[in-house]
Order: sequence, then C-alpha cells, then structure tokens
Amino acid sequence: MSEVLDTNNPETLTPPPEVVKEELLAKYPTKVARKRAKQIVINEVGPDCTVPEIMANVRTIPGIITQRGCTYAGCKGVVLGPTRDIVNITHGPIGCGFYSWLTRRNQTRPAGPDDFNFMTYCFSTDMQEEQIIFGGEKKLRQAIQEAYDLFKPKAIAVFATCPVGLIGDDIHAVCREMKEKLGINIFAFSCEGYKGVSQSAGHHIANNGIFTHVVGLDDSVNGGRFRINLLGEYNIGGDAFEIERLFEECGLNLVATFSGNSTIDQFANSHTADLNLIMCHRSINYVAEMMETKFGIPWIKVNFIGAEATAKSLRKIAAYFDDPELSARVEEVIAREMPAVEAVRAEVHERCAGKKAMLFVGGSRAHHYQELFREMGMETIAAGYEFAHRDDYEGRRVLPNIKVDADSRNIEELHVEPDPQRFTPRITPEDLARLAMGDLTFKDYEGMMPTMANGSLVVDDISQYETEKLIELYRPDIICAGIKEKYVIQKSGVPMKQLHSYDYSGPYAGFQGAINFYQEIDRMVNSKVWKFLKAPWQEHPELTAHYVWE
Amino acid sequence: MLLRHTTAEIIERTALTVNPAKTCQPIGAMYAALGIHRCLPHSHGSQGCCAYHRSTLTRHYKEPVMAGTSSFTEGASVFGGQANLVQAIHNMFTIYEPDVIAVHTTCLSETIGDDIPQIIAKARDEGKIPPGKYVIHANTPSYVGSHVTGFANMVKAMVDYFATTEGRKEHRLNLIPGYVEPADMEELKRIVGELGIATIMFPDTSNVLNTPQTGRYAMYPPGGVKVADLQRLGTSVGTVALGRLASGSAARALDTKCKVPCEILDLPIGLKATDRFIDTLRQIAGVSVPDSLNLDRGRLLDVITDMHQYFFGRKVALAGDPDQLISLTEFLVDIDMWPIYIVTGTPGKKFESRIRELTKEVPYPVKVQAGGDMFLLHQWIKQEPVDLLIGNTYMKYISRDEDIPMVRFGFPILDRLGHVYFPTVGYRGGLRLLEQILDALLDRQDRDAPEESFELVM
Repeated sequence: MSEVLDTNNPETLTPPPEVVKEELLAKYPTKVARKRAKQIVINEVGPDCTVPEIMANVRTIPGIITQRGCTYAGCKGVVLGPTRDIVNITHGPIGCGFYSWLTRRNQTRPAGPDDFNFMTYCFSTDMQEEQIIFGGEKKLRQAIQEAYDLFKPKAIAVFATCPVGLIGDDIHAVCREMKEKLGINIFAFSCEGYKGVSQSAGHHIANNGIFTHVVGLDDSVNGGRFRINLLGEYNIGGDAFEIERLFEECGLNLVATFSGNSTIDQFANSHTADLNLIMCHRSINYVAEMMETKFGIPWIKVNFIGAEATAKSLRKIAAYFDDPELSARVEEVIAREMPAVEAVRAEVHERCAGKKAMLFVGGSRAHHYQELFREMGMETIAAGYEFAHRDDYEGRRVLPNIKVDADSRNIEELHVEPDPQRFTPRITPEDLARLAMGDLTFKDYEGMMPTMANGSLVVDDISQYETEKLIELYRPDIICAGIKEKYVIQKSGVPMKQLHSYDYSGPYAGFQGAINFYQEIDRMVNSKVWKFLKAPWQEHPELTAHYVWE
Repeated sequence: MLLRHTTAEIIERTALTVNPAKTCQPIGAMYAALGIHRCLPHSHGSQGCCAYHRSTLTRHYKEPVMAGTSSFTEGASVFGGQANLVQAIHNMFTIYEPDVIAVHTTCLSETIGDDIPQIIAKARDEGKIPPGKYVIHANTPSYVGSHVTGFANMVKAMVDYFATTEGRKEHRLNLIPGYVEPADMEELKRIVGELGIATIMFPDTSNVLNTPQTGRYAMYPPGGVKVADLQRLGTSVGTVALGRLASGSAARALDTKCKVPCEILDLPIGLKATDRFIDTLRQIAGVSVPDSLNLDRGRLLDVITDMHQYFFGRKVALAGDPDQLISLTEFLVDIDMWPIYIVTGTPGKKFESRIRELTKEVPYPVKVQAGGDMFLLHQWIKQEPVDLLIGNTYMKYISRDEDIPMVRFGFPILDRLGHVYFPTVGYRGGLRLLEQILDALLDRQDRDAPEESFELVM
C-alpha cells in the first residue's frame, strides 16, 4: 500500500468539497442528481487505506454529454489497434473504421522495411443498405479474401460494429471458415458499440479474444533470464519505446507488450514469460488473470508514469526475480537516470509548486499522472475516470463486493482452467509469502482514491456540465482530459493537457518521459499567453478625452 | 515506408474498402446542426458515434464541439431507443438549455427502425420540450451515402421543420452555403453583403467553430442561423444553393414546400464557379456588381496570369467530396493544370460524368472514381506519378511515401490550421488556394534545384 498523502488540507480548498458537490448536482433533474450523487465522492482515506464507495461502470445517463465512447472503440481502437501486423477489418458502415484510423497515436517500429505494418491503413467492409437488409456475411467473407489476396498477412481480425449484432451476422463462423480456407489466423470480436456501458466492455472482449485465439500458440522459449510481459501499455507518443529502453538497460527480457509496438507473434509466445506487469489495470487485468490461471504466471501492478514510480516499479521487478546481478543493474540504471530528472524537477518545482490540477481521463491515467504532478509539487484537487470500475478507484480489495449488473453480465467471462501440460507455477508459495512481506504485492492494485488527499473530489464519468462548474468553482491551474474537453477548458482560460493523445507530444513514461512532462506542464501553467485575454481597452475602458492631443 | 503494402498492381475489390475517402452520415448532420444558433446536436445511437464525431470535428476545428447522445445499451438496441431519447431531451433542455435539439440517427437506431417523429411527439406530450423550444430530426443511416449525405439531410430538416408559407414575400434570398468551412460561410456572407443583397444563410457555422479566445467559454457562441430566420425561409423570393449534393435537397424541399424557386450552383471555388455565383446573384436580385468584387476578381486573375508558368501542365491527384472536387477540378483545368486522378468515397455516377466533362481537354487519360478509396488513388499514383496532391490530412501518408508535394484541402484536416480561418470560396478563397498550390510547388522546386539553378526570384 502506498503512503497516504495529505499535503492538501481540505480546509484550504475553497469552496469546500461539500459545497462543490452540492453545486454540481443542483441543476440536475432529480433522477439524474440521485445517480450522479453516488458517482461524485469526497475522498477520505481511513485506517488501512479504506475509502468511501463510489459508483462506477454504470450506464451513462442519456443526454448528459459524457466523455465516454463505445465498446468497439475499446476493443478495436484501444487494445488491438496498436498491433502492427494484424489486418484489422471493421465490419460495418464506414464511420467506425474511419474514426479509429490512426487517431490514437499508437506508435510502432517495424524491425525492417519488409516487415508488416498495417497501422497506417484502415480496412472496412463499408456496409451498405443491401447488407443491412440481406446480411453482411457474404461481403465480409469476400473482404477477408481480398485482404488476403492483397497483403498475405499472418493474421486478420474482424471487429463488429452496432448493426452487425442486430442483423445477426455470424462473424465468428465466417472467420472460422476463412481461417480453414486460407490457413492463417483469422478471428473476430463481437464488440458492437452498444454492448456494456463504455469502452471498458470492449477491453474485456479484446482480452478474451486475444487470449482465446492467440496467446499460447507458440511455446518456444527464446532465451533470457528475466522474462516479462508488459500489459496495458499502448505506446502513445512513444511511451513503450522509453520503457523498452529501460528494460534493455536493466537486462530484462520483454517477451510481449499488450499492445504498444507489438506483433501478433509476441502475443502467441507471451505465456512463456515469468512475470506479468500491469500498467493499465482497467483495460488488461483480464489477460493477466487468465494467464495466471492457465499458465501460472503471477502478475504485479507497476507504473512507469513518474520518475519515482518508475524507479519503484523497476525495483519491484528486481525483487521478484531476486537476483543480485539484476538488482545491481536496476540500481545502476536508476542512479544513472535520476540526476537529470532531479535537475529538471528541482527547476520546475520552484515555478509549479502549489498549483492545482484536475484529471478526468481514462481508466488508469487519472491515477498515474498524479504521480508526476506530485513530483512537481502540484496538487490534484479533483480526479476521475472515464470508464473505470470501482476496483480502479477503491482498490481490488472491493472486488468481492462489486455487484455485477446486467450490463456487465452481458460481457462474457471466460472460464479458464490450468493447462494440463503448460501450467508451471513460476514461484513457490514460500517465496510468494516471503516477497509479499516486503514491498511486493501480487494480484493487487491499490486504486486511485487511497493515494489522493482527503477532501479531494472524485468524479466518475464526469459530464460536460460538471466540468464547466468545476472550472468555475475551483479555477484550477491545469486540467487533463481528452480532445473533446480540450477547447472548452482552454476557452475558459485554463490550460488543458490531453492525456489520451498527449497533445501530439511525449513520451511521458519512464525517466526521460518525466523530464518531458515536467517541462511541458511548466510551459503550460507558467505561460504568459494566458495573460493576454483582455485588450488594453477592456482592462481600462474609461475614456479620458475625445482626442488626447486636443 | 508508411504505406508499405500498397503496390501498383490493382486487384479488383468488391468488398474491402482500404483507406476510405469518405466517412459516415451522422458527422455531417452534426456539423450542419452546429450551424443553427443555440442548437445542441444529438446523436441517437451508441455513445461511441457521438464521441467519434465530436473528436473528429474538434481535431478539425480546434474548437469545442458539443453534442448529446442517447447512450444506447444492449437493452435499448433490442427494445428501441424511445426511453433513451425522451430522457435525453429532458436532460438536455434542463441542463444545457439549448433553443433547438437537432437529432440525427445512426446505423444502430436506423437498423432497429426507431420512429423519431413519434418519439419527439411523445416527448412533447410528456411536457419534456419547454415552450418556445424545438426538437428537429434527420434520418442519417450510416450505410447510405457519406458524411455529405448526412449534412444534406440535416440542412433539409431545417426546411422541413421550420420553413412556413406564412407572411408576405420579402426582397431577400436564401443562401445555402454547402458543406464548407466556417471561414467560407463568413466569406459568402461578405460577398452577398458587398452585392447589397439581403439573405438568410443556413446553416451558418461561422463564429460557432472559429470563435475567439475570451477566457469565457460559451456553450452557444454568437454564430449560427437563428430559428426566427429559418421560419422566414418561405417568404424569401428565391434560394441560391451551393453544391448539388450538400445543398440541392434542401433547396428543392423549400421550393416544394413554400414555392420558393431555387438555383442550384456549383460551390464557388475558383474563378469561373465564383463568376457564375456572383452573376446569378446579380441577376436574381437585380443589383450591379460593386468595384470591390471586381477588384477581388482582378487580383485572382492577376495571380493566374503572372504565375501561369508554374501551373501549366502540372499533373494533380485529388481526393475529397464531390461538390468540392467538381469546382476544384474546373479551377485547375482553367489554370492549365491537369487533374488526372480524382477520387471521392461518396457514391454517385453523376459525379464521374461531370468530372469527365470538365476534364475533356486534359491531354492525359483521366481516372475518376466515385465510391473509391485512397488506396486506389495511391495505386494509380504508383502506376504513373503526379506533381501535386490535393486532399485531406490522410493524403500526407501518400505524399511522404511518394515524395510528392501536397496541399491540404477538404475534410478532415487534422494537422494544420488555415482552413478554420481562411476561406477557399470566392475570389479571395481562390487566391488562397493558388498561394497554397504555388508554395507547395515552389518549395519543391527550391528543394530539388541544383545549386547553380537555385532561383532567387520566382
């Protein structure tokens, strides 16, 4: 468990959080206010890091203007999008494929000029009225054939959009048939946009599909003593490149990343790793859980956002492998990297300390990026996720108490059992217990709220209205969210940092990323451009004479 | 190479679209609805549609784009979206207080067959629509046409819902600007202002999607056509509609409904299309063209004549939307450039025949495809290269791989800003286009010139 931070005295927040919460709800119709009241929580960290219950992963109220997207976006856009050598065909009308074409900034670096890279392409069946009426299976079959004829890829994945489920196309049958015919891996995801309540359902569907159709297909063990997978890192702005650099310098052997800068062969071989590291708990914990059950690979939560967090995560990995040489190398890397980080941190700290941030983003970033702000001396006064669940807020300890509602039940839970041949516990129960006595906890995520200050506001699935109100009431120095919120916030005179796309910069992960982020936030919160809002005649409208020369 | 799997060899495709040159109807409807003052567009479907459309429009304009969604879940998809839409209407009028909610459908709500007028009637019966407020709708099935179709459908909905025959005819024209940028709409208003013609322009996204930084966010910016003006459309003496695909159906609907005759013209992009636009306005309104517009025209012509050597004979590949491509092709041919590859993702055979007509004098085989994609365009380029590319931001991947200069034009432009502030319609817009084309061509000449023939004066 991380230490409870209480740098931020609730009494100093004006107006007090209770008043703010009341204001946020005041204008809502009764039914809306009742529901939102449970999704807006004033943080209070109790003994043993207990926090108040928050309602999360529930339906967005129609008409509320949400940040959220859909299941297709979570499946095709987030989890499978960053893998470069799968031909991802969107089965549906053109829009969904078009909007998810390169827009998430997942970077990738093919090994050579002849390697596959389909990231820059958009493939769609461009469904027409005829298919809506008579069915789209024929066109899908033909589209797969054409993709094969054109590109000869090693794998093709098919993603369902809303109408596909409604008209009853059996995309899985089509894929099975074409897999047989063409002899390459072809699989489908029933990730229709209307399933679940947010992108989150799509993550789960993607996890299930990749686990069922790819993980475990290649048993070859390709050397290396410290074999790890990195889960839930999507290489936005080159984050994965920075993390890969650190792994390499530490002597860690990365088998697969799910799914930044990845290939399908890495997924197929990922069950040969000895430790799973989870970055974004929300989007990928399912794969980690299933790999543990089936193959015996333990998982730990890591965080490479923030220099301290990066150092801590590297040390956790070293502790797990319990190898003096590895530990020494990790310490060496940290010692080498930290002075540059510290120099920039100290410099920006002077200008940024005490400034206030709000973060409303994602399923892990609203938590992870608080680390960076903390390192700069900035306070997070309000935060929330777009599509996370209670365990991401309150920690996995609440998992047994989460009521599974109808929307979640609609998303399949795979029943996984230990593989009769390939299940190998990577660590003895004794070692597990010994490590758990130290700083290393397995299968655990503490959640965002225990690390936040008392009196800070936690808002799940924030609405446009609430965003505007919070700006008005708190006047924060910076807000982090996504593209849809970007210019609302900036038009309100507050700098806004996108934490999905990083505003087309980055990386922000690891040590170099921390430096980038410190400098970027320093630029934003201390920029003079925000002081030009008023023209001279707006500042001093009074007139002195008709013509001053008269 | 960024598009390393694209080869010159063309295998016929009947099912797979690769790198589309269009997107779906609802985003066009959302954009059009933002051109009504104090209007909140509403997407009747899954959350993702709304999120995608808002994101894309925001990336294109670098401006807030507000819209609601019915947030369909599995239940709504099975039992219909009525409850969701009624609730959304109630919540939006309570919380966001728009004057108009403009509902557009999605492939989801179209496939299940939600009856939007019936749902709106139910919301009204239940008192969910406050007095003096409006809910309008357009059917925008994503599996028909393209984003241009969706735009056209929402513009037509403005006529269907608001235009009446009440009141006496007034000396005024309706102007339907087409699927153009806020800066273009501003320029069109300026031109009719110079001509001294009273107009109602709808939709009008100027000062909605190019608003100033004031430090105060306004959910409903000052721009947009007012409902009161939309209600007077039927009393105008005539309608000038720009862009057959984007504006034609609204103009014809207004003629049918309120007996307002219409002229449907090409988008006034380039010299001759702008000439026709101004000449039509002049004749309908009985005004003479002021010196200010003659000055603009003369300047555009001056650049064409002075810089003709750089345009002449250059081969161009274009991708974009039909209305824009038709006018742009004409303009390029007029300045002696040779548009030889023209692709739109929007289906429609008329487009192809019109382009063939316009490119008759081009001394190369001209390839044109409606319902095509940028993969096909790229394959044509691989077979026989061109000197210049004109298209949206996705074109830059071809531009880099093939090392061909490019001018950004169309939707979406995600990586540059000019389109938000500088028009491409009218004579002034023509000047900007030529400046961009020249910059692209001359920068390339500078880059590639041997040192001894590196030119100071061009």
